[in-house]
Amino acid sequence: MLSLTHFMLLSGALFAIGVAGVFVNRRHALVLLMSLELILLAVNTNFIAASHYLQDLAGQAFALFVLTIAAAEIAIGLAIVVVVFRSRETIDAEDLSEVRG
Amino acid sequence: MAFQTLLFYLFGAVLLTAAVATVTLRNMVHAALSLILSFFTAAMLWMLLEAEFLSILLVLVYIGAVLVLFLFVVMMVERHTPTIHHRRNYRLVALAVAAVMAAELGAALVAPDFVPASAPSPAPLGHSNTQALGSVLYTDYALAFEAAAVALLVAIVGAIALTLRARPDHHRQNPAHQSRVRKQDRLRLTDGRSEPPC
Repeated sequence: MLSLTHFMLLSGALFAIGVAGVFVNRRHALVLLMSLELILLAVNTNFIAASHYLQDLAGQAFALFVLTIAAAEIAIGLAIVVVVFRSRETIDAEDLSEVRG
Repeated sequence: MAFQTLLFYLFGAVLLTAAVATVTLRNMVHAALSLILSFFTAAMLWMLLEAEFLSILLVLVYIGAVLVLFLFVVMMVERHTPTIHHRRNYRLVALAVAAVMAAELGAALVAPDFVPASAPSPAPLGHSNTQALGSVLYTDYALAFEAAAVALLVAIVGAIALTLRARPDHHRQNPAHQSRVRKQDRLRLTDGRSEPPC
């Protein structure tokens, strides 16, 4: 019998994998964006599981908004990666330290 | 009900494997494809949770548009990029942080204070998740819906403005210049005899 805890444990593990990905690939801008996508996917799964088990559609509406903002974020993020790649010929996140204080 | 549990474990295993592959694979195209696989299995899990509309939306819009855009950028960038070598290996730090985070989340979930809601009865036949979601989205959350639309518009304009690049040999019309043209600028009357070209 599936319970809310099953889904929440799964999305918790997915969230932890996403956070680990941010650490492992902290120089690679594109894989950083992929790890952020995994984190947002875990959050959305949590929202939808809670929405199902509490029989409240607010969770699904919120998951829709999270999807919208994630799409906007990824569009801007990829545009920035493309611009950086055009001007620097690299996407190494640690080389982008010109504005360091 | 046992069949749903089996599906949950199957899709959950595929989801976690694909997520680990996404963050560990060296080849970025393979990583992007594993990300697509993990989104696809997450959509299957959402289908198990009776969120049919969002599940289809994730496949059609998110995988179909956003992740394919991701794949385009990966293929464009990776061809010219040498492999990035990390000066320090952060794998141990990553494992520690992930373990602590997963342990905290798990501890919160198995704590005796946390009483999960009991499983609801399945939706009746003919119940439309899309209709139900739309009826709350356009009434209770109408303002948030419009704000999300504005955020998407800003993202579109921002992404285009960031990546737009005018080529030096690009021909474009200048309407102000066109409307200022007088007859003398374009037309030269001659008297029919040959004259040296000016």
